Amino acid sequence: MTRVYKWEVLKLLAQKRTYLGLGAAMLVPLIFVVVLTFRSGGPNDIPLGRSIRDTGLATPFVVLFFMSIWAFPLITALVSGDIVAAESHNGTLKTILTRSRDRGEIYAAKVLAAFTYTALVIAAMGVVGVVAASIEWGFNDLTSLSGTTVSAWHGLGLLAASLAIYAWPMAGIAAFGLFLSTVTRNSASAVVGTLLWALLMQLLGVLPGTESIRPYLLGEQFQAWHGFLRTPADWTPVVRALWVCAFYVGVPLAAGYLVFLRRDVAGE
Amino acid sequence: MSDAPPIEPMPIEACGLVKRYGDIVAVDHVDLSVERGDVFGYLGPNGAGKTTSLRMLLGLIRPTAGAARLFGRDPIVDGARALDGVAGFVEGPRFYPYLSGRRNLRLLGDLDGGVPAARIDEVLDVVELRDRAKDRVGGYSHGMRQRLGIAGALLRDPRLLLLDEPATGLDPGGMRDMRELIKRLAADGITILLSSHILAEVEELCNRVAIIRTGRIIYEGRLDELLQSAGGGYLLRASDPERARAVLLAHGIDGVQVVERELRFQADAATVEAASVALGKAGIGISLLAPHTATLEELFLGMTEQAA
Repeated sequence: MTRVYKWEVLKLLAQKRTYLGLGAAMLVPLIFVVVLTFRSGGPNDIPLGRSIRDTGLATPFVVLFFMSIWAFPLITALVSGDIVAAESHNGTLKTILTRSRDRGEIYAAKVLAAFTYTALVIAAMGVVGVVAASIEWGFNDLTSLSGTTVSAWHGLGLLAASLAIYAWPMAGIAAFGLFLSTVTRNSASAVVGTLLWALLMQLLGVLPGTESIRPYLLGEQFQAWHGFLRTPADWTPVVRALWVCAFYVGVPLAAGYLVFLRRDVAGE
Repeated sequence: MSDAPPIEPMPIEACGLVKRYGDIVAVDHVDLSVERGDVFGYLGPNGAGKTTSLRMLLGLIRPTAGAARLFGRDPIVDGARALDGVAGFVEGPRFYPYLSGRRNLRLLGDLDGGVPAARIDEVLDVVELRDRAKDRVGGYSHGMRQRLGIAGALLRDPRLLLLDEPATGLDPGGMRDMRELIKRLAADGITILLSSHILAEVEELCNRVAIIRTGRIIYEGRLDELLQSAGGGYLLRASDPERARAVLLAHGIDGVQVVERELRFQADAATVEAASVALGKAGIGISLLAPHTATLEELFLGMTEQAA
């Protein structure tokens, strides 16, 4: 299993689209820092937006908000929507399925590789955001959403926890991308379909009349990290994100697995 | 206790394989038996069901009915274990174009549990690709990819090779090299199933053949017996081939092929004598009437076009 996973990662590393998404995730916080350095004002209406020039720690939190709408879903979809479909299209799926590995193992390795990529782009955004913004505005204490001050190092820990919980709904999007990639066997359809699905989840969250289901929508889980930034920490949205996202991850992955296991691998 | 050696399962045993796509029956109750040491030719026109059969043998697609076993194991039931000792490719080998030839082979080796670098060099030498192994496969010619496909298959040290049209798209030199390679592999004791359009190649390489037409096997057996069965072949050059054909048909000679104004058919000597008299009475001039040994191509065309 380790070897199959290693090669899934190596295949990603050998493809340009991987770097396109990773580069975009690293470029966005840099653009934020550069723009806010040369222009007055800022994103005052969003969580931690007012303190963006107080400490380099605030920038990744602000970027998380903006990128959750479509940028991170698109970056994730670029890989998860392609990872099975591209192999179907290129005929390499039959090459790897006629070796000594069962289909379940191949599928599991692809899932792990897609999740690894998703986690990596979020972490890369966080690291670049903290470093670039700290160079400009300093690595200072952070004002929490409750108005209390937390030390810079404590704030860094909160950022790490926030990125980790943020990765969960992203994994839900990656899982849906993998499902579409397996079912449609077409990269473009899977990437676009995944992005549309992520946008639909966001849209449902703002439509009137959806208040009762809102806590269980995938888009809502992108705000779960707010719980870490409260004093004391509010675990309710964090715990809810864990089990709600487990559903959004589990169902498409299980469906994709069943399709992958039984599908005919013929000329596309 | 019995001293009899255990019966080893056959490299390929397919029973009643059926594959339907909606109303279309791509493969219709195909039975195949490939024995140890065979170089088995699998022949058929385009769309006859060859590649679909091979996909079922390798477990890439699920049969609608029937079962295939490789060395006694069913790929659908036993998964990847059924492919132990089996290698090959269907519809041409496919590789990752953005990886080098060597890295593609390393990937395949790792999927088989890992192979030493020296073994990769060995198979690259066999297919004469070692000097291009560092180049990306995206820049390989068709022939180089075909050879890399063979290298990927050999990496598994197979006892059974399934090759789908391995010489397709190769230039004459490449085709000759591929034939020589298959001969060497067969001489090493590897059982080979060779799906091919190139009948001269099959005639040169194979000891047994199966011919498939519209999803059904219409002949399976030894190639030499098939050729011998066509021993009563005759060649006729007549002034009016179409009328001559009608006269032959009237004498119960069917399956007449017209090749460049020459008629080729099979019949016993007495029937041919009677037909020659009839041709003369019908005013049809005969410039040549001679016994003719059929080639595999003639037999194949006769069998696959006869009832098409």
